[in-house]
Amino acid sequence: MAIVPANPPANGAIRTENLCRHYPMGETLIRAVDGVSLAVRSGEFVALLGSSGSGKSSVLNLIAGLDRPTSGSVVVQDKDLAKLSREELAKYRLHVVGMVFQSFNLIASMTLAENVELPLRFAEVDRDKREGLAREALQRVGLKARTNHRPSELSGGEQQRAALARALINRPQLLLADEPTGNLDSHTGTEIMNLLREFNEGLGMTVVMVTHERVLAERYARRMIVLADGKLIDDRPNVPASASSETNGVQR
Amino acid sequence: MKIPDLAELALRNLRESLLRNSLTTVGISVGVASLVAMLSLGIGLQQMASRRLGKSGLFDTVIVSSRREMRGMGREEERNGPAPGESRVLDEAARVEIEHLPNVLEAYPDIRFNTELRYEDKPHLTTISALPASAKSNDAFEGMQGNYFSSDSAPEAILQKSFAEELLGKTPKLGTPEPNVADLAAPLLGKELIMRYAQRETTPSNPAASPADALAGTAYSVVSREQKLKIVGVSDLDPESMRGPTRAKVFLPLKLAESLHVMQATDLREVSRAASDLPVYQSVSVKVAKPSQVQTVEDAIKKMGFTTFSILDASRSIQTFFKVLDVFLGIFGSLALAVASIGIVNTLVMAILERRREIGIMKAIGASDGDVKKLFFAEAGAMGLLGGMAGVALGWAIGKVINTGTNVYLRSQSLPADNFWAVPWWLVLFAIGFAVLVSLISGLYPAGRAARLDPVQALRYE
Repeated sequence: MAIVPANPPANGAIRTENLCRHYPMGETLIRAVDGVSLAVRSGEFVALLGSSGSGKSSVLNLIAGLDRPTSGSVVVQDKDLAKLSREELAKYRLHVVGMVFQSFNLIASMTLAENVELPLRFAEVDRDKREGLAREALQRVGLKARTNHRPSELSGGEQQRAALARALINRPQLLLADEPTGNLDSHTGTEIMNLLREFNEGLGMTVVMVTHERVLAERYARRMIVLADGKLIDDRPNVPASASSETNGVQR
Repeated sequence: MKIPDLAELALRNLRESLLRNSLTTVGISVGVASLVAMLSLGIGLQQMASRRLGKSGLFDTVIVSSRREMRGMGREEERNGPAPGESRVLDEAARVEIEHLPNVLEAYPDIRFNTELRYEDKPHLTTISALPASAKSNDAFEGMQGNYFSSDSAPEAILQKSFAEELLGKTPKLGTPEPNVADLAAPLLGKELIMRYAQRETTPSNPAASPADALAGTAYSVVSREQKLKIVGVSDLDPESMRGPTRAKVFLPLKLAESLHVMQATDLREVSRAASDLPVYQSVSVKVAKPSQVQTVEDAIKKMGFTTFSILDASRSIQTFFKVLDVFLGIFGSLALAVASIGIVNTLVMAILERRREIGIMKAIGASDGDVKKLFFAEAGAMGLLGGMAGVALGWAIGKVINTGTNVYLRSQSLPADNFWAVPWWLVLFAIGFAVLVSLISGLYPAGRAARLDPVQALRYE
């Protein structure tokens, strides 16, 4: 299987058209996503805002290829995800998407290095190559000294940084973050956000971040999309605070 | 995912729930052990039986007789082919010809006669037969008191136990226990017997000028003779139990018996041919190198115009019996393995519940359904492999213990010990392979279920 080239082509654009995700719950039909149409350009930093239950995470899962729409389409790299087979969708998640979650979602029984190189195993990258790539990714997020620790031995911020390294390892074009700072204090949350910005600006990755913290979105995102009851209610550009004003970045 | 990665992750996952997976693996190993123990005993019994039967000399022997012996018995051989009167005579020339057939070890004449033996001046009537040197390894002489003949022409005799009883006047009454063979042998070994017999002697006035003349027929006379014999052995078992009422009770070395030229029943009928020193035989026993070659040798001898008989068919049905026995033992042994396979299903279904979130994570970061399925398969296979290997060792040990225990019992009953337990290489490989196969089949359902897990729901699971 081919390894994704070091510099992803400027092809991280996302387009959804009348995207719906309904599911039954008892007698009623829950319209988690109800006719969302949006277009994200390659290299954008977008915040998906909304209160809990607004459908923002559902939209993210549909873009991530973890879920399938009830109707409508999600097109990434000229491919309609709704029409991909399960196998093709897994390949899409492996090579095109990197994901981070609120609860980090590292595998507890594995060391950081093993967690980070797990996607490379699925991509069938050679063992000797994997080690170098994992070390490099951990170095990029400032966790070089912690490669052989288990997630439980690390702080929340460190775990989220490891999760970011894992999301980065296959050089995806899309970075999808679901409340990445939700379990972190504001200081470590800022560290993580600076890393997201760095990936967006330095590597040209398209970042879509789900959050309910408007302040965070205003500070980092270039565009804010607001959802309520599964519908898009606001979509406007944002001028983030300049990167230079952030002094408490990640140590290099 | 590549196979080494798969194996590594599978073993890591097995280590994570060490106790549960160990217990499941122990379950498999107990199943494999029972299978191996059962089959090792079945195979061992079969090997012991064929070893014993091989030693008995019955399954590598073909008995050859002349068609001339068949008189109005209406057998198929009699109705087909030449009439008995026209068929070939089983004489020394024929015996030599048979002996030179491929795969034939030896062909010796069946010398058998009724005569009188004197022991301590008392006459006893019995049947005497001759044994070749090769009969020494015959199973029937296991547990014999004394020794086998010192040479093939020594003036020595081996007695069957019941004749020894007769000589000593100790024939047991019905219902009383048989006397011990050692007690019977003690007073007899080394003692002398005098055998009286009728010798066929070529008349000196009419010497055979050439073999052709000899076959043309010459007169002979019958002379009464005596031969001293030393008792060298008393056999516990009956070497000729298969022969029924014609079985002999006293045995002589073959060369000695031949040199005596004892008058045989066939001599009268073949008076025109057997006058010389080249005798005519009632039957010839042919030893074949391997039981599997008996059929070809029989066919070759039949082509020569003789009638043959072997107990090969009996051996075939014994083989069938053991095959059926093995199948039954295998089925019973597999029952425990079937129970163990349910344990695998249970363990893996539990593992899915426990690792639901982990499966969700793996899918979210790019694992395909196939990757997840293969991982669970690998875990099932690894448990099968480990359980299979442990089970073979355990089954081997159980079989050995049963074998040793039984032999201790046999010895305590003063019976000969034997090895009725065998673990051939193919059984080891078969058992391990079977355990892996059963485990993989057990893994089918859990692996499929894990692969179909919806990642969004799995990630929501705490």
